[in-house]
Amino acid sequence: MFDYELIQLILIKVIFAFLMVGAIMTMAGYSVLAERKVSAWMQGRVGPNRTVLPFVGHIPVVGSLLKGLGIFQPLADGLKFLFKEEIVPGHVNKFYYYLAPIVALVPALTTMTVLPFGEFVNAEGVTIPLILADLDIGILFVLAVSSLGVYGIVLAGWSSNSKYPFLGGIRSSAQMISYELAMGLSLLPVFLWVSEPGSTVSSLSLVEIVRSQQGSTWLLIIQPISALIFLIALFAETNRLPFDMPESETDLVGGFHTEYGSFKFGIFFVAEYAHIVIGSAIFTLLFLGGWNFLPWLDNPWGADWMGALIGTGWFIIKTISLIFFFIWVRWTLPRFRYDQVMDLGWTKLLPLALANLIFYIFVVTWLDQSNLNLP
Amino acid sequence: MAKTVVLDRKPLSFSERTYLPQIANGLKTTFSNMFKPKVTLQYPEEKPKIPQNYRGVPTLVKDPNGREKCVSCQLCEFVCPPKAIRITPGGVPEGEDDREHVEKAPEEFEINMLRCIYCGYCQEVCPEEAIFLQDEYSSSGYSREEMINNKAKLYELGGTLPDQHYKWDKKKKAEGQGNSH
Repeated sequence: MFDYELIQLILIKVIFAFLMVGAIMTMAGYSVLAERKVSAWMQGRVGPNRTVLPFVGHIPVVGSLLKGLGIFQPLADGLKFLFKEEIVPGHVNKFYYYLAPIVALVPALTTMTVLPFGEFVNAEGVTIPLILADLDIGILFVLAVSSLGVYGIVLAGWSSNSKYPFLGGIRSSAQMISYELAMGLSLLPVFLWVSEPGSTVSSLSLVEIVRSQQGSTWLLIIQPISALIFLIALFAETNRLPFDMPESETDLVGGFHTEYGSFKFGIFFVAEYAHIVIGSAIFTLLFLGGWNFLPWLDNPWGADWMGALIGTGWFIIKTISLIFFFIWVRWTLPRFRYDQVMDLGWTKLLPLALANLIFYIFVVTWLDQSNLNLP
Repeated sequence: MAKTVVLDRKPLSFSERTYLPQIANGLKTTFSNMFKPKVTLQYPEEKPKIPQNYRGVPTLVKDPNGREKCVSCQLCEFVCPPKAIRITPGGVPEGEDDREHVEKAPEEFEINMLRCIYCGYCQEVCPEEAIFLQDEYSSSGYSREEMINNKAKLYELGGTLPDQHYKWDKKKKAEGQGNSH
């Protein structure tokens, strides 16, 4: 007959997966709102403040506050994308044209499976990380899958069969490949540092890396150069300004999504913001201590489910601050020229990442030897 | 002639070449901008302050005695570059005491706001100071017919403006003294 425990397990995982997708998509939607609001504030405007649900607007204080903050704007934006006319230009390659937005969104949503957001100790004293799939190659999986997102952009650029999307797609692929190297190299010293000296188990798991920052300092303080390179590469990988080569609306109209409209454009849009949400979460996990409180301080909350909730909330606060930082940088810096992007990636960041790696190899070797009194 | 002095450009320091301090500075500027007062005008609720001499929608005005000033001379119709004005001249009914001496008045006065270019020539040319471009700037309608302002609408928009001359009162007085011109 049926194995009820197995079914139960699968059901729970499926529910968790839906919750996670819901949470990330909501955050992506609200990042769009945050982008509009923050840009407006930085430019002396007020931003979206008209949308309101019926009845909610009539609640005395809360209603007008929510309206002023534009809380319901993402809903209106989403519905707009949904109800707009689907226009498919005659000159596109239909199959790949439809495939591209899906290919762009799927990697963004796949990486969230290895994204831990908290942990708690259950009744038996076993520490359980709150994660969909606790892979011990977590970060490798994230790097591998998230770089697949470029296929969506390249496919969109190519299948649109039009010059601006094509240029956008080419730029994007070149940029992503260039910064992937610096990104990977900047992470190596982090994992060198974290893996315990002398132990045979060294893990690429994101849970392990957060645990290593518990009660000790954040990796941002130990490895500022790695963090800086990773952050810059993250900006490039998520196609944010100052690296938004694939879009660069001033010279490429809309970049890779010039020929896209309505819901297909909406999917690209959401994918971009989902990338930002997940990128911020990864940076938080790696360099900002994940769900741990502050550097050198033990968590003031317990390890039970209550503490786990607070920890998760703290992690989300850090992630949101980082998303704000992304938006903040976007509305501060101008876009790089394309050759400058390549120059920065290949002649500055890559050598710097290599030097950083070699430096930390020596440091870690020296520390390990002195700790273990190895010859 | 002033002599041009070519200054040597100082080589950038290391921190300047990384651009990071400059980026931090820029971030500081944008962050402080977030808390400055907003310049947005919440339009339908808040209206902009209209300056004097603003050229808004052309309107017909009455003098402080409530008399129609336009004498239907059709100069505005003639001068109007896009031909937006159409006047049907008419006479002044007999027996109107305070309009005695005025020979004509417009029977119908139409300004097509879809044609009007707000140049203000009509106001400039009007010998009776009867047509003014005032502070009304927003005109909208669902059909072309709605966008043609007729005489009633024009007087409603125009209202009454102070008069410096009371030209026709003077004429009447002069005529009473046997000196009609």
